Amino acid sequence: MSEPNATDLTHITTPDEPAGRRGLLQLGVTLAGACYAGALGYPVYRYLATPAMRAASAEGEVTTVSIPSSGLPGPGNGTIFLFGSRPTLLIHYGDGHYSAFDAVCSHLGCTVSFEPENHRIFCPCHGGVYDMNTGNVVSGPPPRGLKPYRVEVKDNHVIVSRA
Amino acid sequence: MSSYPEPESTPEPSARPGFANGIYNWADERLGLTEVIAMARHKMVPQHKYSFWYYWGGISLLCFIVQLLTGVLLLVYYRPGKEAYESVREITYDVDFGWLIRSAHSWSANLMVFAVLVHMFSVFFMKAYKKPREFGWWTGLGLLALVMLFGFSGYLLPMDELSYFATKVGLQLPSMLPGVGTIVNNVVRGGPSVGEHTVQRFFALHVVILPLLFMPLLGFHLLLVQKHGNALPPGEAARPVKERHSIPFFPNFFAMDLAMWLIALNVITILATLFPWDLGQAANPLASTPLGIHPEWYFMSQFQMLKGMGLIVPGLAGEVAGMGLFTAVLIFWALIPLFDTGTAGGQRGRITTWTGVIILTAMLALTIWGYAAL
Repeated sequence: MSEPNATDLTHITTPDEPAGRRGLLQLGVTLAGACYAGALGYPVYRYLATPAMRAASAEGEVTTVSIPSSGLPGPGNGTIFLFGSRPTLLIHYGDGHYSAFDAVCSHLGCTVSFEPENHRIFCPCHGGVYDMNTGNVVSGPPPRGLKPYRVEVKDNHVIVSRA
Repeated sequence: MSSYPEPESTPEPSARPGFANGIYNWADERLGLTEVIAMARHKMVPQHKYSFWYYWGGISLLCFIVQLLTGVLLLVYYRPGKEAYESVREITYDVDFGWLIRSAHSWSANLMVFAVLVHMFSVFFMKAYKKPREFGWWTGLGLLALVMLFGFSGYLLPMDELSYFATKVGLQLPSMLPGVGTIVNNVVRGGPSVGEHTVQRFFALHVVILPLLFMPLLGFHLLLVQKHGNALPPGEAARPVKERHSIPFFPNFFAMDLAMWLIALNVITILATLFPWDLGQAANPLASTPLGIHPEWYFMSQFQMLKGMGLIVPGLAGEVAGMGLFTAVLIFWALIPLFDTGTAGGQRGRITTWTGVIILTAMLALTIWGYAAL
């Protein structure tokens, strides 16, 4: 049972072997293994990441959104629309002018709402309060203000574009 | 390692310096890895001129693992029911590397059926089903049946023209049998013809029910292999013990097994890359069946036998006779360990071997005939 034969591979672990050759062999096997893992892993990653990567590149392509008069909030009100796939807040102030802010709270990503009665933009998740005119943080946990967009009014349409 | 509780209980001193060894030692103290390795080293695998055939069970296992992983990846985008074809079209033509994942799944499925069949016939001709390995034979046949069901149910899921008609024909056969017909229509097909309900339930079968049955049965099968070890073929068993050769399971046989896995993985990858699996037109119940419709190669011999029986005994009687003959052969095949209990050179041993030769030849001949008759 225990006699050695031609296919006995246990000699790999004998200490008589020159250390340099063995180290080189181990390095080679490790490198080949890493290449193999990469060759298997890369297509799998790309396969799983396809929708997210496509959405991200489509996101960058959206530069302006035009909102027709039928979709506009009345004076003193706000509305949420999608800029690409991102919720965005459009505020129609009492004096008639418009502002648009990113509606994703900078704290943990909830969608904020405009509260005209309290004169603020509020995030209900953790009580973040933003200034309704500038989007800056007033109180609460948000680390940054809400990013403003450029707003133009043209032929009964409100055109929102990246600032 | 002064805190090691019973250093003398480990078969080998494992405490070596270095970060990797540190992790190994940490795990070893808790899991007894050294004992497992020592057991694997102690376990011997016979070495002889038929040793090559020992690797086919392992190759089947690798294919199953590939099926499991690629199958889960396909689940990420596949939608059964009405959108089945559209979702497979997206996977094949739209999602990055989707064609590769799908092709690997299809090629590995085919290679798995092939490996399982080679494994079965090598076990048969090495007479490895004999006492005490009868349950290995039976669980193996159960696994083969599940593999065939995996193939049949998975083939429909893309819902293209070919898979639609192949499933239609495949389900028509049992539905012609008296008594069984209505049950097959109502339960398996889910309607008067193959449609969205069929895909939906084949999907449930393919990804939930069959894996749930397959994995415990596979575990039991592997446990039996571990318990009884590799069987010696009769010629080798007849030699005196001193003349037999064997190698340790670990690392020698294990390394060879890994090499075989690597080769099989490369074969799957090369086939999937160079011959990506095609997707036909969407299934259309109004279209005529395309010419040359035929089942997958692993159902070809059964298909051709039914066609052949139809030539001898026309009509329904031919189909019933064909299925009856097929069932009889299958029952004989399953009961072989109980029939062939004597020595290899004995009368029953020789009858069994020749029956196996006849069955294998008939399967090959029917398959070739089937393809020639397309």
